[in-house]
Amino acid sequence: MSAPIIGSSPNRVGGIARVTGQHEYVADILVADALEAKFVTIDCAHARIISVDASAALALPGVLAVMTAADMPQPVPRFGPQLEDRPVIAVGETKYHGDPVAIVVAETRDLAMQAAALVHVEYEELPAVFTLAGALDPSAPLVQDPSLRPKDRFASTNVLREHPIGWGDVDAATADVVVEHTYTFPMVTHFAIEPHAYMAAPDGDGIAVWSTIQHPNWLQKVIAQVLHMPLAKVRVFAPDPGGGFGGKQHAKYEPLVALAAMHIGRPVRLVLTLEETFQAVRRASAEVRVRTGVNRDGSLVFEDIVADYLIGAYADIADRVVGKGSYPAAGPYNVPNVRIMARSVLSHTMPSTAFRGFGNPQVNWAVESNLDEAARAIGMDRLQIRLHNLARKGDAFIPFDTPADGHWEQTVLRAAELIGWDSPLPEGRGRGIALGVKSGPTTGLSYSTVRLLGDGSVVVFAGTSDMGQGARTVFAQIAAQELGAPLGWVAVVMGDTAVVPYDQQTSASRSTVLMGNSVLQACRSIQKQLSAMAARLHGLDEAQVTMDRGVIHLPDRDLTVLDVLVPGLGRLGGELTGNGEVRKDADPTHPLSGAPAFFEFNCTAIEVDVDRETGDITIARHVTVSDVGKSLNPLQVRMQDEGAAIQGLGHTLMEHYIWDEKGRLRNPGAIDYRIPTSMDLPLELIGATIENEDGPGPYGSKGMSEGALLCISSAVGAAVRDAIGVPMRDLPLTPERVWRALQEPSS
Amino acid sequence: MATDMTNLGHIDLTVNGRHRALDVAVHHSLLDVLRDDLRLTGTKECCLVGECGACTVIMDGRTVDSCLVLAVEADGAQITTVEGLATDSGLSTLQQAFLDKGAAQCGFCIPGQLLSAEAFLRETPHPTREAAEEAIAGNLCRCAGYEQILDAIMATAEAGQQ
Ligand code: FES
Ligand code: FES
Repeated sequence: MSAPIIGSSPNRVGGIARVTGQHEYVADILVADALEAKFVTIDCAHARIISVDASAALALPGVLAVMTAADMPQPVPRFGPQLEDRPVIAVGETKYHGDPVAIVVAETRDLAMQAAALVHVEYEELPAVFTLAGALDPSAPLVQDPSLRPKDRFASTNVLREHPIGWGDVDAATADVVVEHTYTFPMVTHFAIEPHAYMAAPDGDGIAVWSTIQHPNWLQKVIAQVLHMPLAKVRVFAPDPGGGFGGKQHAKYEPLVALAAMHIGRPVRLVLTLEETFQAVRRASAEVRVRTGVNRDGSLVFEDIVADYLIGAYADIADRVVGKGSYPAAGPYNVPNVRIMARSVLSHTMPSTAFRGFGNPQVNWAVESNLDEAARAIGMDRLQIRLHNLARKGDAFIPFDTPADGHWEQTVLRAAELIGWDSPLPEGRGRGIALGVKSGPTTGLSYSTVRLLGDGSVVVFAGTSDMGQGARTVFAQIAAQELGAPLGWVAVVMGDTAVVPYDQQTSASRSTVLMGNSVLQACRSIQKQLSAMAARLHGLDEAQVTMDRGVIHLPDRDLTVLDVLVPGLGRLGGELTGNGEVRKDADPTHPLSGAPAFFEFNCTAIEVDVDRETGDITIARHVTVSDVGKSLNPLQVRMQDEGAAIQGLGHTLMEHYIWDEKGRLRNPGAIDYRIPTSMDLPLELIGATIENEDGPGPYGSKGMSEGALLCISSAVGAAVRDAIGVPMRDLPLTPERVWRALQEPSS
Repeated sequence: MATDMTNLGHIDLTVNGRHRALDVAVHHSLLDVLRDDLRLTGTKECCLVGECGACTVIMDGRTVDSCLVLAVEADGAQITTVEGLATDSGLSTLQQAFLDKGAAQCGFCIPGQLLSAEAFLRETPHPTREAAEEAIAGNLCRCAGYEQILDAIMATAEAGQQ
């Protein structure tokens, strides 16, 4: 038996294709005879469409169609993962800046762009809401037609849903000190470097759809429903996306492209520009009011949290983001009295959707920052107050839920040690520490198939999307370890719904745990078959043969897989096949429809240097520690943690959408919206993991990938406050904001 | 935008050592021509305004954002794209270092990172890490914290010193 491949960091499966430019992303795929599509949009957010004149566009040779809602099946199909509220194209009115009024299909991209500019849309601008205050005003125009939500008590407001949760009795509780503040979190976007891209092609009596999607099976269902086709006739190709971060989870413009392809009878391709991608996906902004009650000994008495999230014009998955993200808002602490009221508030902006952290960073920013204020109010060390209240393993910190599933104090102490919490602070600097906890997947269904081929090589079929997190590599490692194949002898097939068995989704840091267990199960099924084969070949009872890690144990000796497989399969050769099925059913009695399979837990500690002249923040030291159970691939774990940390620095320090008074996005694209570059890195970035092999995934692993982003803002904000003596309550912490805060130190 | 299909310009250029002669639309960028006319899709398209670096190629020894260069401006130029980095014996040292250090996550930014790194190391064979950070400052990556990309550049430089 060779050295264990689990726990090592082999080169990424798919890595060669990525350093040679061979990997084909959706926009790189050549489909013969494909037409090019372009949206027609108008220069405001909310408008009644009076008429669309496409005659000049259609007069251009090579323009095949200009399709509006009138050219769609009637009623115009609607879809959405939570509510089927989103039409495939604007119907009667636009709801947000960038909402497509028409789609132009032409022989070339040049022609499609030229034609789109020639389509004349006459419209009447309508009153609109772009802010929480505007949307919640009793006289605000309604974003959604109330008939879309019959019997819904909120239908005549812009509140989509409320998510109240809590325990104990906040009103009856009394605390020595109560600290109350309001915090805001900006609207930001995923900015995957690969803009979203789609293609659809009629395929006999079915259709083929290519998309940069994270959930191909979910997309397959949407297309089948919109086109009234059986699932078997909808083939979704989902090549490994160029980054997803949640923005590519759910269908966006695939149904429209599919309808256009069916209408014209030729393949249609739509590659969004980066600007159009900005108008397609974003994170919900939020305003969070927190009242924290604490006793002088540091014990938390209550947390009273009101969180309003500004979602867009359609639900997408945004309301789930609000419900699930706000659910652990009181943090990983034993708080006897908690009241959380979160609301998803509709607005005339592009639909917000899942984004790494899934609604948690917004509330974390508020609640962890307020905890710092509470510590200051009672004169307690900010690390100590956290350790004092932190849930220990097994504590039901959310009373009706999965108890704390890790030795979280180890994570916190490690981060404190790495930042040097007790060491003297250099002049002008400040330190902050913050904790983040996120509920993992609450439901799941992951099938897999593993084939052990006649020469001992292995093919794994898994419906996860590898968008950079490295799922292919981890599944290959599991199969290699269990079936004794070198890693280079394992292929992983993903991204084709006609070939790969069903997987619910790639989200919530689930794949290592859920699909990983499924692949493990499939491998174990093959191990059983090999053991039976060995027993047959050697005239033994099956009970006398066992197999682990690619080695078959007979009572008197060990055999390799090939020792058994080759004679066992016999002259015709062939293969062995194993299937895996991991199911986590919904629990209708649970507020989230299911207790999480695991929690993601992270502690981030930051040391900053603030330039008092310019307000510029330098991250001198950035420590991020995650409880991952077990690193199946330590390098990939590190890269995910670092990537999440740096992405989080984006919304902490620089990223935010800017709107004008007409609800037009003023900074789409890379010039006016900055994300961290190699020049924005912390001077020192230190990552560490806590590994007690106490997770539900293969070999004791837990999900990870989002943890390092959950509390980054809170840690940086706390460090800045420590350095300048002024609390910061609005993100991002731009130099201008910090400088202004320094001018009014009494605030 | 002028899109008259008859408005073509003839260009001769060398791409990855191979001479290419073709007629291109005068308004098309070098990126358009690489991806659509020559089907060299390793060079990526993202922002189209010269800010993300996904489309970086080496043109006559210097990195350029190919989305900002008109194809007709590349007439007579020597171009290296990601497809031209590997040698007959396999991955280049730099590509191998990117692979070994785990620089590529989703990989979408990687062709641009590789070309920026390649040009940088040709000019600066013994760089400091700070200089390497500056060299890739125009190449956005949203997956990583840039650390592994920098590790790969520094490892390549060190390998070159032996
Ligand atoms: S696509 Fe050329 S710099 Fe972004
Ligand atoms: S590896 Fe995904 S953008 Fe850089």
